[in-house]
Amino acid sequence: MSKPIRRSTFVGARAYSLAFSVSLGLLLAQAVQAEPITLTVALAANPQMETAAKLIDNFYAKYPDIKVKFQTLPENQLRPTVLKDVATKSGQFDVVMIGAYEVPLWAQKGWITNLSKEFVAKDTEWKSDDLLTPIRDLVSYKGDMFATPFYGSSSFMFYRKDLFQKAGLNMPEQPTWDQVADFAAKLDDKSKNISGICLRGIPGWGQSLAPLTTVINTFGGRWFDEKWEPQLSSPKSKEAINFYVKLLKEHGQQDAAKDGWQECLQLFTQGKTAMWYDDTVFAGPVIDQANAEVKNNVGFALAPIKEKPGSGWLWAWGLSIPTTSKHQDAAWKLVAWLTSQEYIKLAGEKAGWGTVPPGSRQSTYKLSAYEAATKDYADLTLKSINAANPLKPTVDPVPYTGVQYVTIPEFEQIGDFTSQQLAGAISGQMSADDAIKASETKIKEIMEDAGYIK
Amino acid sequence: MNRRRSSIIDPLLTVLTWVGTLVMFTPIAWMILTSFKTEEDAVSYPPKLFFSPTLDHYRRIFENDFASFATVSILVTVISTAIVIVLAVPAAFALTVRPVPKWRDVLFFFISTKMMPIAAGIVPIYLVARAFDLLNTSTVLVIVYTSMNLPLAIWMIRSFMVEIPRDVFDAVAVDGAGRIREMVQIIVPLIKPGLASTALLCAIFAWNEFFLAVNLTTTVSTLPVFLQKFLSFGKLYTAQVAAVATLINIPVVIAGWLAQKSLTRGLTFGAVK
Repeated sequence: MSKPIRRSTFVGARAYSLAFSVSLGLLLAQAVQAEPITLTVALAANPQMETAAKLIDNFYAKYPDIKVKFQTLPENQLRPTVLKDVATKSGQFDVVMIGAYEVPLWAQKGWITNLSKEFVAKDTEWKSDDLLTPIRDLVSYKGDMFATPFYGSSSFMFYRKDLFQKAGLNMPEQPTWDQVADFAAKLDDKSKNISGICLRGIPGWGQSLAPLTTVINTFGGRWFDEKWEPQLSSPKSKEAINFYVKLLKEHGQQDAAKDGWQECLQLFTQGKTAMWYDDTVFAGPVIDQANAEVKNNVGFALAPIKEKPGSGWLWAWGLSIPTTSKHQDAAWKLVAWLTSQEYIKLAGEKAGWGTVPPGSRQSTYKLSAYEAATKDYADLTLKSINAANPLKPTVDPVPYTGVQYVTIPEFEQIGDFTSQQLAGAISGQMSADDAIKASETKIKEIMEDAGYIK
Repeated sequence: MNRRRSSIIDPLLTVLTWVGTLVMFTPIAWMILTSFKTEEDAVSYPPKLFFSPTLDHYRRIFENDFASFATVSILVTVISTAIVIVLAVPAAFALTVRPVPKWRDVLFFFISTKMMPIAAGIVPIYLVARAFDLLNTSTVLVIVYTSMNLPLAIWMIRSFMVEIPRDVFDAVAVDGAGRIREMVQIIVPLIKPGLASTALLCAIFAWNEFFLAVNLTTTVSTLPVFLQKFLSFGKLYTAQVAAVATLINIPVVIAGWLAQKSLTRGLTFGAVK
């Protein structure tokens, strides 16, 4: 008697344990499914990204199993933070926002995922043909995309139509630097505290060196010759640097050596300068934030030239996925969403067309609502971007790519040092020629140490 | 004679003190004022004293996850300061009242850890934090802030202990109290104002610390890191940042105000015996 009972107990126990393990398995599976993936995203602080953070609920609606945490940092803080993370393979970030300068360098080191190979080819919904070609090239390395362009920009001229009219001057769509210098001299009004032009003077390879390098390029100068010999003191580069410093000293804003885009944006929107040469992405904010007097009088013109046409710079902020991220697929979903046609439409409708990420997709410029909102500058932005050629940025041949920077890791150090000397020249502590001489000595040293030249 | 001279000097000193106070306070007042301006008003030239105030910037702060950063800040500051005081008191005791052998070297060793700029040590600190999986946690901040403030606290508390008259210790010895009782029941109550000012100073350092926080943490971070979220590329942000800075300053001002009594006593400790 006891045997069958025991047997049935045993069978029962087995059935129970089976049921238990099945239900446990189900529970676990459910838990895995319910546990959302959390992506940590490092972003540069800018109005376009703020909009993105605000609209993230729309992403959640599409992908309920993914959560996103944003780490927003100002540009100069974002670089070291992200670099430290990817270089030490800490894997804290699943998506990082990096500049066009970093993309090829980091791709070469294998720090960021090859998006063309892993995702773009498979994801037909994310229309890669729609991207602006120069911007697409900018975030690629050896033909493969390693970042998706969040926005792209070039540089152009902002000017005050009313002041030009009053002085009987006419800004052509394509001015030359000589014309601009002439305008600046005529519009410089010390009694009203209005400077002729505002240009970046604050040190930093991404600050004053960006506009200056475009001036060097169009004057026919270059940073290096084909053998990586520094060319700052070559006659044309020298002429360009002297021109920039002289223009800024004579007709630029006061204390120019401490001003970056932020100060120029302030001065221009407050009506304290007649012209400003800077990034095309500021066009929306300028009109938004200008005082009543300036608001309806903002004019735009292409980047001034000397010898070389199409002298505007080219920049893109791209979204990359570090190879250390454990959630590559989810990260791509976010990256693709943030750079999709769908997102651009959404941002325009929900947050206003002025804060739509510009310069990334051709289709953006065909949206009638966008066209209407940005008619003053959208055409010129597109023209500037398409005219810039990061693969051939100078008149004479060079061994590097990049318009307003040189795509080698050493350029940060070179650029920071040179721009400090330049600030010295702008503030009058030394002559422009001395600044060039000091910079070139240092550049030579850096390039020798790095093994480019012997 | 003496009275009359002081009656001339006193008002003069009062005036000078007020001038000094105003000079110190003007930038803070300007910051608070700016935080209520629109961005356009904040950068207008000449500066505007009269304007229609706006609370927009404060509203935006609370839309931006202020609470989680504030929680981390408070936690990290309170915990690290508490640990610092708990560790610094016995350390100072061992260096002053009952000095250990070679106490001068030990004292120098403590302060020598402050001699290297923190930027020089950030890479190893980062790698160690990564190895222990502590990046982006409040634990790592508690650890680094404790070690950052500890040498200073030991030196400060030691200087307060040195001021205690020898007779007190003799009396304790006669009564036969043990080391721990001597420290907890006799010395700590005597240097309480000193402890308060030390704690306040450590708390302020931890509260305002930016470099370590921005390097070691990302989404779980303190308020100074929160502040720079608003340094946005391509728009004016002076008023917005002024609003965040004002808000971050409030707890420090409150803590300082609460500790004011013991602070003045702490700062003048031992000036008059």
